[in-house]
Amino acid sequence: MQQLGSTIAANRFGLGARPGELASIGGDGRDWLRAQLERAPPAIAGAQLASSAQTLGEALALQREVQQARRSGNDLQQRLPQFLKPIYQSEATARFEQAVMTGRPFIERITQFWTNHFAVSIDKQFMAGLAGSFEREAIRPRVLGNFGDLLLAAEMHPAMLLYLDNHLSVGPHSPTAIRAGLRRRGDNRPPGINENLGREILELHTLGAGGGYTQYDVTSFATVITGWSVGGGNGLWASGPPGRFVFRPDQHEPGIKTVLGRRYGDKGYEQGVEVLNDLAQHPSTARHIATKLARHFIADDPPPAAVERLARAFTEFGGNLPSVYRALIDTPEAWEQPLAKYKTPNDFIVSSYRGLSLPVDASHAPLAPFELLGQRTWQPGSPAGWPDTSADWDGASALLKRVEWADAVGGRLGSRRDAADLAPQLLGATLTGATGTAIARAASAQQALTLLLAAPEFMRR
Amino acid sequence: MSAMKRREFLRVGAWATGGALITSRLAFAHAAATGRRPRFVLVILRGALDGLAAVPPCGDRGYGRLRGEFALRAPGEPKGALPLDGFFGLHPSLGFLGQSYAARELIVFHAVASPYRERSHFDGQDVLENGTAQAHASQSGWLNRALAQAPGGGRRRDAGVALGQNVPLVMRGPAEVTSWSPSKLTGLDDDTLARITDLYARDPLLSVRLADALMADRVAAEPGAMAPDMAAPPNMAPAQAGQVQAGQPPAPPAPGGAYAETVRAAAGFLRQEDGPQVAVFDTTGWDTHANEGAAEGQLAGRLAALDKGLATLKGELGPVWKDTAVLLVTEFGRTAAINGTRGTDHGTATMAFLAGGAVAGGRVIADWPGLSSHELYQGRDLTPTLDLRCVLKGVLEEHLAIAPRALEATVFPQSERARALAGLIRA
Repeated sequence: MQQLGSTIAANRFGLGARPGELASIGGDGRDWLRAQLERAPPAIAGAQLASSAQTLGEALALQREVQQARRSGNDLQQRLPQFLKPIYQSEATARFEQAVMTGRPFIERITQFWTNHFAVSIDKQFMAGLAGSFEREAIRPRVLGNFGDLLLAAEMHPAMLLYLDNHLSVGPHSPTAIRAGLRRRGDNRPPGINENLGREILELHTLGAGGGYTQYDVTSFATVITGWSVGGGNGLWASGPPGRFVFRPDQHEPGIKTVLGRRYGDKGYEQGVEVLNDLAQHPSTARHIATKLARHFIADDPPPAAVERLARAFTEFGGNLPSVYRALIDTPEAWEQPLAKYKTPNDFIVSSYRGLSLPVDASHAPLAPFELLGQRTWQPGSPAGWPDTSADWDGASALLKRVEWADAVGGRLGSRRDAADLAPQLLGATLTGATGTAIARAASAQQALTLLLAAPEFMRR
Repeated sequence: MSAMKRREFLRVGAWATGGALITSRLAFAHAAATGRRPRFVLVILRGALDGLAAVPPCGDRGYGRLRGEFALRAPGEPKGALPLDGFFGLHPSLGFLGQSYAARELIVFHAVASPYRERSHFDGQDVLENGTAQAHASQSGWLNRALAQAPGGGRRRDAGVALGQNVPLVMRGPAEVTSWSPSKLTGLDDDTLARITDLYARDPLLSVRLADALMADRVAAEPGAMAPDMAAPPNMAPAQAGQVQAGQPPAPPAPGGAYAETVRAAAGFLRQEDGPQVAVFDTTGWDTHANEGAAEGQLAGRLAALDKGLATLKGELGPVWKDTAVLLVTEFGRTAAINGTRGTDHGTATMAFLAGGAVAGGRVIADWPGLSSHELYQGRDLTPTLDLRCVLKGVLEEHLAIAPRALEATVFPQSERARALAGLIRA
């Protein structure tokens, strides 16, 4: 009989037990989690993946070709998706493989949590080619660092700037806007601000909705980050190194600005950095992040005491993330209710692959399960990211698809895996007598595997 | 503001104050007498659809000033809006809705908003769906609570279906609803299914979900439920329909392809004699912060796909269309003026559409607030003059025969001031 602690550590904090993992964790699981915080976060192993600058630079050049061809009557419309799609597939496959193979699954879960917190979605232009490099470049290296650094890296990344339209946002009194105003003819509007990134930073990335900001703050902050752009595009974002962050003084709104009641001097790019630094340390941010972490790791309705503890750690240690994770590990509520969280499709697929030691085979449509079960990697569809409660994922049709997929996996493996042997290794202390009996009495090895993956305790973490 | 608009609004409003109770009883009696079985489709347009682009107020001089080169031209002009009532037009991509209006099967509501007054998509959608005035104030949705109150609403197959793998908030709650989406996977053999059903017997959530899923599959498999090509594998999950940007999709389905499939599935359920009466699905991609376009462009493409889907819905529903009302709503509108990036930012009031053979249509219902700067909400957005709950209550009461008392007490708590609009549904 496995201890409950190691089961919760592997299945809730990790990505699902691999055979033998529960035994090797030993103890109550807390030390195993703390040890994972010790070294730098692992990079994606082995894969030959291009940088965002390289991908975006090539994509922008390709886009120009497509546009030129269109002018001469040639339709090369498909060239860009044809270029981006394989990049997406390699990136998502590499991420999947890392999640399945890693011995530090807590770090991998945390990485996925933060990528989802700073969500970009591949249904917008260029994102199919950039979502993976965004995670590798901006998120992954900083998940064991300071929240302020993570925030700045995420907001400055070309993927985020393009996803939330900031590369087109121009200060209404900036040199660019004034020049455009002088040239203005007819109804042509001078360029101006776009609130999208400014709003989502406040609402989603830092303070949270209800975190104490007003429309004035949104508009003012949007002007603060005017000029935060990307190089190598066309028109307003043409100059500068292709595919990289560029600060454009000519498009930046000059002057002192007030955000959340505090005045920020006219310092160009630094003005935005200063606001972000203050946002990173704001008490509403601490509470917002604490609530999301507690919802992810403890329960859909997180216990207020747990949120309080995490928010206090966030503030006390100045946004030092490992300190917050240690507070999470030390939160008793995280260990009190086993199986309180319903797995997302991503959790379900990754834990199945880990539990059954399935290879992520790049030659056999490795991403198909994510599409079938309704959670394509990096496609949450909105900057809010994927939702994180049972009600968002426990639909009838969604459940039936999981069960059907489990059956297909069981059919593929047949007698090459022994569900009766695996069940205690994967489900540990949460394995019920009913599931054990059902697996033992199954009519075939295939059916036994189907029952293992479909079991109520495997649907949850 | 056109005086005519205000008169129309007041007339409908007057019915609302006097006739609410009678109408509901009449609707129910009518349904019972004629054997008419109402069908209701709710389409949630996630991302905040620009109401001033979908339904341009061509008669308001402020409109051209705010939208400049992005203002749609008046009906009759080249690439102009489709005619509605002389004051408002319809986006030229909405051809089917234009015909529906002419056939008196479409009511257009304008300057309408939920009680939500901030500008977060996610809280805005929460309020739109939970039926209260506060984000996250309820874990259940107004449509589910209404279904729980519907005459005969206790019967399982009478409830509703969400097209998609999961159930959106508006349909979560006490009434049994299911979700359905096409599957590429082969079904389970009976023995395995029986064992899993057994394994779930003591799990209150999974046992119900599995039973609901199997029921939905049975309904879907009944003769005549699904068009023949429903068996074809989907390109993507229906809930993601309409998200793909032209020219850039990672795994390109034709825009509207998956959406059309969702629509056909909805029709397949609704045209069953004893299938669900209510279907819900959503579309995304309405968050047009940059390069929104006008008569052509990004938004125009999405509106065209939406419109085409509605035409498909009518075609697939066949004779059932005459008993159908389709309501299209979005969480809030967008800024009245174009922003600095040829798009629009998050706003407040917007439009809503009520279409279908059961709808007493051919009207625009709007107490038009005007577009001059002092008339705009906080100097930037279309000012709300109609609480969306007035529309929702009117449809639920007249079409689904939900008792007014239930609407006030449980479906839309603390909404006394938002009186049901009467006369939206044909008697």
